[in-house]
Amino acid sequence: MSHTLLSGNEAIAHGAWEAGVLVAAAYPGTPSTEILENLARMEGVHAEWATNEKVAFEVAAGASLGGARSLVAMKHVGLNVAADPLFTIAYTGVGAGLVVVVADDPGMHSSQNEQDTRNYAAFARIPMLEPSDSSEARAMALAAFELSERLDMPVLLRSTTRLSHGKSLVETGERQECRGPAYVKRAPKYVMMPGNARRRRIDLEERLRKAADESERSPFTVAEMRDTAVGVITSGVAYQFVREALPEASTLKLGMTFPLPEQKIRAFAAAVERLVVVEELDPYLTSRLLALGLPVEDVGLSHIGELSPGAIAAAFGVEPPETREIFTDLPPRPPMLCAGCPHRGVFHALHKMDAVIIGDIGCYTLASLPPLSAMDTCVCMGASIGMAHGLERSGGAGERPVVAVLGDSTFAHSGLTGLLDAVYNGGASTVVVLDNRITAMTGHQDNPFTGRTLMGETAPDVDIVAVCTALGVADVSVVDPNLLRPTEKALRAAVAAPHVSVVVTRAPCVLLTKEHPDPFAVDEEACTACGECVRMGCPAISRGRDSKAVIDTTQCVGCRQCVQVCKYGAIVRTGPSCDFKGRS
Amino acid sequence: MPGGMSGVVTVMLVGVGGQGTILASDVLAKVAAATGLDVKLAEVHGMSQRGGAVDTVVRFGDKVFSPVVDPGGADHLVAFELIEAARWLHFLKPDGRLVVNSRLIAPLPVLTGEYQTPTGIEAALAFEGAVFIDAEELACEASSPRSANVVLLGAMSVGLPFSETVWRDVLSRRVPAKTVEGNLAAFELGRQACAKGACEL
Repeated sequence: MSHTLLSGNEAIAHGAWEAGVLVAAAYPGTPSTEILENLARMEGVHAEWATNEKVAFEVAAGASLGGARSLVAMKHVGLNVAADPLFTIAYTGVGAGLVVVVADDPGMHSSQNEQDTRNYAAFARIPMLEPSDSSEARAMALAAFELSERLDMPVLLRSTTRLSHGKSLVETGERQECRGPAYVKRAPKYVMMPGNARRRRIDLEERLRKAADESERSPFTVAEMRDTAVGVITSGVAYQFVREALPEASTLKLGMTFPLPEQKIRAFAAAVERLVVVEELDPYLTSRLLALGLPVEDVGLSHIGELSPGAIAAAFGVEPPETREIFTDLPPRPPMLCAGCPHRGVFHALHKMDAVIIGDIGCYTLASLPPLSAMDTCVCMGASIGMAHGLERSGGAGERPVVAVLGDSTFAHSGLTGLLDAVYNGGASTVVVLDNRITAMTGHQDNPFTGRTLMGETAPDVDIVAVCTALGVADVSVVDPNLLRPTEKALRAAVAAPHVSVVVTRAPCVLLTKEHPDPFAVDEEACTACGECVRMGCPAISRGRDSKAVIDTTQCVGCRQCVQVCKYGAIVRTGPSCDFKGRS
Repeated sequence: MPGGMSGVVTVMLVGVGGQGTILASDVLAKVAAATGLDVKLAEVHGMSQRGGAVDTVVRFGDKVFSPVVDPGGADHLVAFELIEAARWLHFLKPDGRLVVNSRLIAPLPVLTGEYQTPTGIEAALAFEGAVFIDAEELACEASSPRSANVVLLGAMSVGLPFSETVWRDVLSRRVPAKTVEGNLAAFELGRQACAKGACEL
């Protein structure tokens, strides 16, 4: 036994490893990604990136049938994709333990929406555990497998950004080997045609009753009686905020939040004068406690975004501490495409072409910001192709070309079916696959088009062009997006075609390139301050004296994209950046 | 009181995605853990790492509950960039300590001309006890501009109750093997700059 500083994600991976997990699958998604990255490095675990969360869920479910303790991990929106198997696996139950880890992102640090996954547990009727720090994350991951097997149900382990990406001390243990029985055919349990499903539906309620008993006995649900003037019912990281903000208040920390431990809750409510619920996002606990007829007091905490100790203290009338000066009018600092990002040239061209750019989920969403302003929509994984096809069909874009833009990994996740649909239905939109050979935004994970697996093994190098051709796309071209003129030419040819066409822009993510050519600098004499290079939106280029361009040599990676847009030959190669003492 | 639990020290590290705030905060958290204290660290990965504003919080003491703090809750603010120092200054306690890299990285709205480059930040931050470090220059002196985060870590370490041996030990294990020497040199230069500079403790 030893104490280690682990993130929530590392702790979940460790707990699962200790439980003897044999198979793990996921699609990368912030803040859940590191769970699988950690499991992949652990002895005795087969971990894989699935093409999407639905497939990942099904891989884990199948492995569970085969007697292997299995884990599937995803971010909150991934569960929308995996919801289909989730709801029915609740009926079939499991073979060996099956744990579903879902990480929510309150405050949308890195997400397109803010969902509260707790609703899914109640909706799909599966037990749910909610850790409040890394130590509990490890312990609950371990316990979740045992719970899953005792109840014959998948168990949901719900995290949030502050848990997944927070670090705290964990006492870890050794791995237990516990392979379950080999697969045996049990059609009435696993073939969910109506006759069987109706029986399993009734059985599910019986299993839920057992789960409610487990919840009453759960060691993770703890009542801490301090001053009984205020009693707070809470769960997850919100518990830590409550302890910080209201150190004297009594607390009931719920570890298992579906089904709820009704008796424990009633007992706690009876022992305190004011009963308050503190929870992040939806009023999940509040509405259920009100339905139990308990006098929950509304202290006015927001259901939008993250909580903090200060927000809770304020709700209880505590004056905020004094602070230093607050600066107003500071320029915001949104994230941006990196210096040398190969996507930049593609968006520069599409912007010039006045295309309607139907975007997708990935780094390239950052092209929506000025000065590129090159994105019209961003909704969910793979949405670009279907939405572009629909917009094109509507005729609403007029003469403007309609272009769907998505990355290689997003294309594998859910672009293929959309592309097949557009071809089948005789569409004419253009699809750009930004093939930077990696899943970049989540921190560089492999995917079916990179030729490597999560375990570092060589995989079949699936060719995007061949895939598109097989799906019936007549017109597929490949360009290097760092070469601006050929890229624009290929895009213009594609949008002119009367059928669905695909342009694959292929260049590796700049962050994966270790050695860069020497940076460029601006020849002040030659620069006319026209601003063409500045409009590329490169973080290394700004306007200096007399509005002339300046290149920050510490950021420039020598990609040459700006050199190609400068009509005056004013951008010239220079020496290594430390010649400038780290300054431009 | 939020952020005011007795015996808990809160260090906030702010900067621009890609500057290495996450590595620096990880080293600090591990140093605190190696010293036998309870530690919590909060960081954000993902989209904001692409040149956006980033903040991490490290809290240590006998028992730490919340991984995050509110305005007025940080004992130390270590800013890797001037605009970010200003953006997060109100998180620093009025008697808290500021270490700031005296370098300005223009955010996108400045690059495009939508906003003017802010002026006067350095003057506004130069209150008693504030420490300004030219981290990139010292990093280039030590090894490469990429170790600027470790220069700032060195400067920050002077104000924290941990032994230099533990810092050097944790740092050596946390950075890639071939960069250990350069990073230790960067750490030392940061420490010296703080010790001989305006570093009133």
